[in-house]
Amino acid sequence: MSNNLDLKKGLNIPLKGSPAREVLASVIPGVVAVKPTDFKGFIPRLLVKEGDRVLAGSPVMAHKQIPEILLTSPVSGTVQEIVRGEKRKLLAVLIKADETQEYVSFGAKAPQTAEETKHILLNSGLWGSIVQRPYGVMAGLEDKPKAIFISSFSTAPLAADTDFTLGDSLQDLQAGVNALSKIAPVHLSIRREVYSSTAFHKVENVVEHLVSGPHPAGNVGVQISHISPIRKGETVWTIAPQQLADFGHLVNTGKLDLTRKVAVTGPAAAKTGYVIALPGTPVKELTRIEGDVRVIGGNVLSGENLGADGYLGFFQDQITLLREGREREWFGWAKPIRPKVHSTSWCYFSWLTPGKKYDMDTNLHGGVRAFVETKCFEDVTPMDIFPIYLIKACLAGDIEKMEKFGIYEVLPEDLALCDYVDPSKNEIQAIIQKGIDLMIKEMA
Amino acid sequence: MDAFDTFLRVPGTVTAKGAHVRDGIDLKRVMIMVVIALVPAALFGMYNVGLQTSTLYGLDWNFWHMFWYGLIRMLPLFVVSYVVGLGIEFASAQIRGEEVNEGYLVTGFLIPLIVPVDVPLWMLALAVAFSVIFVKEVFGGTGMNIWNPALVARAFLFFSYPSSMSGSNVWVSKTWVSALKDVDAISAATPLAIAHESGIEALGAQYSFMDMFWGFIPGSTGETSVVAILIGALLLVWTGVASWKIMVSSIAGGLLVGWLGNIAGATELPFYYQLVIGGFLFGSVFMATDPVTAAQTETGKWIYGFLVGALAVVVRLWNPGYMEGMMLAILLMNTFAPLIDHCVVTSAVNRRAKKTLNA
Repeated sequence: MSNNLDLKKGLNIPLKGSPAREVLASVIPGVVAVKPTDFKGFIPRLLVKEGDRVLAGSPVMAHKQIPEILLTSPVSGTVQEIVRGEKRKLLAVLIKADETQEYVSFGAKAPQTAEETKHILLNSGLWGSIVQRPYGVMAGLEDKPKAIFISSFSTAPLAADTDFTLGDSLQDLQAGVNALSKIAPVHLSIRREVYSSTAFHKVENVVEHLVSGPHPAGNVGVQISHISPIRKGETVWTIAPQQLADFGHLVNTGKLDLTRKVAVTGPAAAKTGYVIALPGTPVKELTRIEGDVRVIGGNVLSGENLGADGYLGFFQDQITLLREGREREWFGWAKPIRPKVHSTSWCYFSWLTPGKKYDMDTNLHGGVRAFVETKCFEDVTPMDIFPIYLIKACLAGDIEKMEKFGIYEVLPEDLALCDYVDPSKNEIQAIIQKGIDLMIKEMA
Repeated sequence: MDAFDTFLRVPGTVTAKGAHVRDGIDLKRVMIMVVIALVPAALFGMYNVGLQTSTLYGLDWNFWHMFWYGLIRMLPLFVVSYVVGLGIEFASAQIRGEEVNEGYLVTGFLIPLIVPVDVPLWMLALAVAFSVIFVKEVFGGTGMNIWNPALVARAFLFFSYPSSMSGSNVWVSKTWVSALKDVDAISAATPLAIAHESGIEALGAQYSFMDMFWGFIPGSTGETSVVAILIGALLLVWTGVASWKIMVSSIAGGLLVGWLGNIAGATELPFYYQLVIGGFLFGSVFMATDPVTAAQTETGKWIYGFLVGALAVVVRLWNPGYMEGMMLAILLMNTFAPLIDHCVVTSAVNRRAKKTLNA
């Protein structure tokens, strides 16, 4: 069974540096970081101290209020350092990796019931892979999701090609789907243009959706809002394909092996491609970083600024390198033609060169202003919502209006393109996140 | 200083949160596009200022005489408009601790184009100050205002100093020429006034349709030439800076009411004349489309534009005191634009609610 979803609105940002389909290296990190901040809604309580021995799959921290939810170590080794920030906030646990890896054995057994599936997710520390909608936080233990959604592809700028990274993990994907389908029906969206060539169409036991369109068509939130909009009080679970494969691998082998192909992308990357690595690997070991460059975990729209000394996040299968755009261009806004700057607006001439890829940097290209031009938001938001009204409701902290305008259906990443196109340079994603945080606080 | 600095060079600010890369577009670029779109109307208007004066006084001027006369007469208006307006903008930006907003680039260019050339400069300064302070800054600056500040400046002049702003004597520049030649009493009514007071025959005797189409008629500087305005409209629609929906629906509304007026016998003026006389087209293209004060929803834009056009012609046809309805129509619809949006959004929300309930 398959359904079609054709989305027209949106934008593929023409950024240079898409990953070449080749494996550049396989990194065995000296140190990996387990970062509780990767998981929204997770309040950490430490289970280890410096000097402790851990195996790959040993618990490192637990949720303060729900002790069943664990985060586990991706490597075997010794706890080297507990990193804390302001007010002693726990930022990361650094684990020095052994030369040869030892794994906790969880037992290779396909779960037969929802309870068994949940048990495996909780024990292995993979519970955090499941993100709940609304709000995009870690799934709750008592959730009764009406469905589980998986988007097999990403349309984000320079995103990793899931067919390249996971194409040979079909058995793991299938095992993951089978286990999750004990909890709720699993919906899998596949990019229509590559349907027959991708491994994902061979996954069974799912409701298939064929999706086409520019970014954010690949965002699972956008797909959900068209396939099965979330009503007040309903919950939907989502899991990314990489985490699905990790979970399936665990079910098949009984080992927690988070090794993945990480896409190294971006105009400032010396060489693009894929590096085999673990979450928590120092970004310095993934690629060479030279000059005033920003290292982004994830894509340029909603990724995280990791810093040159940072560690790859749990959900990130991509890093993007961008030059910091601190130089100031004379008469920039007044020049008739700026060949190096991309704009969707026809006030510039980017429309003359539709195929051109741009060497973008992090310059804001203007100053922050009040909202003036707002139609651009609708043009990049392929959802049945009024972006500007939702944004204003979030700014005003008006719960009732946020509900009406669709706060349950969006995450900041779904409106990330609004950040990009806004001539007034407002931080739309931050505004939406503020609205979501308020909803969580008020609805709790 | 900061403001001048960012005027010359793009700020070196890098993205701090949210998307790490940003589109090249900013408000400065958007606003400068509107100013560029206004240039044909402004240049033609300057020529026409000279043309009207030389025709009225029977002067033997060539094209450059006319243009230079217009330019020299218009220049003080631009200077006053920008100096006063930007001065207040800078001061309030200082008070609020924000960057200077570029919205006034457009407003300051529009105001000289919609007032009589001979308007005393102190009046203009007063009108600009009133509109920038009370229509824009008290609401929070560009993006927050409810009414179009340029139009409010005009309305302020109109209601405060009607003798300098209306009637048959103000729309052709006489200030310097009348000193040379003592014919101060000569009046030069706008086609709108002629049609209104003396009827279509009197209008036809003085100006042909093509005169009005090209713009060789008395009127405020920017509004007379349909051709120059259409060039600007083309640029605005092409770049997507102004909404074509508002322009089209406003023209449709004006034509419809003009046509109804023909049928009802309210006017002999053929309905399509509504487009070429007075400030109708200029208002539809440059004033009604201001993204801040117009409706913001796409459906709302159709409704808003249509009502602007329709109301403007209603005022023209059925208001004996004051013929130029465009200014008041736009200001009135500025007032109602949030209401239109509210209705559009509410109906969409209800439709959504039904859908999510049945899902």
